[in-house]
Amino acid sequence: MKLRLMLVVLGAGALWAQQPTALAIHNARIVPVNGPVIAKGTVVVRNGLIESVGPDGNIPADAWVLEGDGLTVYPGLIDSLSTIGLPDEAPPAPGRTGAPPATPATPPPAPASTTPPARGPEDRPSTYSWQRAADMIKTSDRRLEVARAAGFTTAVTFSHKGIFAGQGAVIDLAGDTTGKMVVAENVGQYVTTATGGFGSGYPASLMGVFAYIRQIYLDADHYKKARQMYAAHPAGMERPEYDRALEGVLASPQVLLPATRRIDVDRMIRFANELKIHPVLYGIPEAYRSVDLLKRSGVPVLLSLKWPAKPQETNPDDVDELRALQTRDQAPSAPALLAKNGVKFAFFADGMERRTDLFPAVKRALDAGLSQDDAVRALTLTPAEIYGVADRLGSIEKGKIANLLVTKGDLFQEKTEVKFVIVDGVKYEPVEEPPPARPTLERSNIQ
Amino acid sequence: MKYSVYLLLLAALHAAPIVIKNATVLTVTKGTFVGSVVIRDGKIVEMGEKVTEPAGAEIIDASGKYLMPGIIDCHSHIASDAINEGSVSVSSMVGIEDTINPDDIAIYRALAGGVTTANVLHGSANSIGGKTVVMKMRWGKDSRDMIFEGAKPGIKFALGENPKRAGNPGGQRINANAVLRYPATRMGVEDVIREAFNDAKIYQAQWKEYNEKTARGEQLLAPRRDLKLDALVEVLEGKRFVHAHCYRQDEILMLLRVADDYGFKIRTLQHVLEGYKVAKEIAEHGAGASTFSDWWSYKVEAFDAIPYNAAIMVRKGVLVSLNSDSAELMRHLNDEAAKTMKYGGLSETEALSLITINPAKQLDIDKRVGSIEVGKDADLVIFDEHPLSNYAKVEKVFVDGQAYFDRNKDLADRAQREAEKAKLLEKEKQKEKEKRPGAGANPSSLPKKAALDGDGYTAGSSPNSIAHSHRSSVPLGVWHVTPVRRATV
Repeated sequence: MKLRLMLVVLGAGALWAQQPTALAIHNARIVPVNGPVIAKGTVVVRNGLIESVGPDGNIPADAWVLEGDGLTVYPGLIDSLSTIGLPDEAPPAPGRTGAPPATPATPPPAPASTTPPARGPEDRPSTYSWQRAADMIKTSDRRLEVARAAGFTTAVTFSHKGIFAGQGAVIDLAGDTTGKMVVAENVGQYVTTATGGFGSGYPASLMGVFAYIRQIYLDADHYKKARQMYAAHPAGMERPEYDRALEGVLASPQVLLPATRRIDVDRMIRFANELKIHPVLYGIPEAYRSVDLLKRSGVPVLLSLKWPAKPQETNPDDVDELRALQTRDQAPSAPALLAKNGVKFAFFADGMERRTDLFPAVKRALDAGLSQDDAVRALTLTPAEIYGVADRLGSIEKGKIANLLVTKGDLFQEKTEVKFVIVDGVKYEPVEEPPPARPTLERSNIQ
Repeated sequence: MKYSVYLLLLAALHAAPIVIKNATVLTVTKGTFVGSVVIRDGKIVEMGEKVTEPAGAEIIDASGKYLMPGIIDCHSHIASDAINEGSVSVSSMVGIEDTINPDDIAIYRALAGGVTTANVLHGSANSIGGKTVVMKMRWGKDSRDMIFEGAKPGIKFALGENPKRAGNPGGQRINANAVLRYPATRMGVEDVIREAFNDAKIYQAQWKEYNEKTARGEQLLAPRRDLKLDALVEVLEGKRFVHAHCYRQDEILMLLRVADDYGFKIRTLQHVLEGYKVAKEIAEHGAGASTFSDWWSYKVEAFDAIPYNAAIMVRKGVLVSLNSDSAELMRHLNDEAAKTMKYGGLSETEALSLITINPAKQLDIDKRVGSIEVGKDADLVIFDEHPLSNYAKVEKVFVDGQAYFDRNKDLADRAQREAEKAKLLEKEKQKEKEKRPGAGANPSSLPKKAALDGDGYTAGSSPNSIAHSHRSSVPLGVWHVTPVRRATV
């Protein structure tokens, strides 16, 4: 018995090694996202790209055929904001920290450094704007498998440390080398309002963060002009100092800004206008009460799927404020409201990467009125559009990267299985999940 | 047809005029009379014993009640998500304007105490603090609508114990990485201010030179914009008011001399508990003084204080106001004003001036607010008794002619808010039960009485929001650390 099992495993390994250059998923229901659903059709994948998609059953002779009867093919899901691939930045286990919803985003403070505290903006505190997630990802991050098992084939990954935390990359969630994983190496700058508080140097307050960011953009503008002048006529001109912090800021095509409450949305939209940058807002448990602001601004948003929940490990006699209760109740209604009002939004897993966390989280938005199509779009084509990679990702179209998700049942339903995903043309079956960081019992015993 | 639609639209845009009738009107600047005040388009358009009531006006009968101008608090820290940028000795690059929080419940509570305008200041952690904002208490509006449009911006300075605590609230290292900040003495505070203005003058000259050269057609790289120095140049050029936290007479004189040396004015001295000792010098400089009635002894520099401080300074020709520096004290500034009648013998009108027209003058908004006069903003408060009485309660508060607080409405709405809250709690409890089939209700998780007596109004709270239910023993501008929630005041 044991021997037979081993043979099977070995056999699978052998097959793995010999994945063909062409794959065809035959007779499946296809949800291409950019067009109408194909009730029964075929997707052909070759050399990592989608070769054809359509209702006809033409299968190339050399293709490995996967019978799709009773299965549905979606574009691979995209996690629009993640640290996946950066194993050191893995968040704590889901369900462990139910942050109170009505407080400002407080990302972890920048790591204690050995350098003295910053004395002002000139010291470029908590600034890593030049760092690229694309240069830091590792193929060894176990979360790649976890996310694939939930149907993700792509993530937009950012280091989260610092005020200017660095440039994000669109990565495919498989590959032998990190270079093969990267789809786009600089799709935006991740900004937080994290401070170390007293004794940690400038800036130590939210207003300090705003002033610092404002000064950085003024400096970047000045720097750009100085460099241009110097490049044109170096003789006789004092050489402008090279500044990697400003280089990183100038190189970023858009800026991800945090927002938790309505006031954060208001603030960040105005701030982005003032700085003349292209903003993308992320987080936003109070998006449901910010729809007017978002609609008016046209700013795209990344919504966390970790819906605000009652904080655990608090005094059970403490009763939350009405606004916090309202937010916990209504946060999942935001996606439907945003869709109705034409606000561009994508979802990000925010620690809910496991299928068992992800599907119920999206389901809550469906239950609150979001259409299935809009939900799928918010995890496929919309994030691809926000990050400027919709020409290669986000839908099942000829010529696009062959990132596919094949399910049995409609996406996000409790009983729906992820049969397999295809990443860059290679098929991956969901693997047994690595053990959770904390035993499940412990997670649910305090309510 | 089209025209009538247009008229309808106009009518919708402009709320109906309001007439407040039969009130004892305490105008502060134009005497007191029993009569009416007419409000239209947010302004006071007519007042007197007899007025012409406009057609369609909303009539409020205030028989036996008192109408006074909205109270102005010249020193507050409410409605902002941050107060202190204490990391540096000069933080003039930061400003409250960036972190206005219109959902701070303290705004509503201030309204309930009759406050309609507040000067929201940076804290006193450093010698030169951040930029300040004058706000109107337009509860329910977005952050931009909170700003008192056209009010000149200010900046906070601080002298004495707080800025010399070396960047740490207790004066000692609070973590291994903390580096002590200069200064650690009063001498150092003076030095920091002088050095900052030296830098500002150099910076000002650089820009002047650049502007002159480019005006002549030279192609030049502009100097680097420095937000820290921009604000100080505005002070030098009289475009930004200085509100200086101070206690002792020696530091007060020091600051006035520094300002004279650099050619700028101190607009207000804040706290200024020893102001009575140097009132003549303060008056000569032309600085205003914004103080407490009888709050002191919370730290070493705040002991030599007397309840006659405000009255003595008034008599010496200083423009004096009383401020709160506290979200709680802010709710009964009328009480504070009344104390100056007992201690110092100010008249009723003089006492009321300390919380209305005087702070308005200090903030240079007296053309708009601070008294009941035709043409001024309809920022008005109806009290059930004379506002200088301990028993007076605020019944209704108008800002720009719009009612933002109504005691009766508040009381009437409470049940509905409590019901909504109870419903949401019940819903959450049900969901939790569903998640754990078979699990019995855990009695300890049931919302107890708190479900009913919590305040349903509370909007977004934040680690920096200041909403005390009791008067704190230390003014908020004073820098201290509490173990929870608030670490930046």
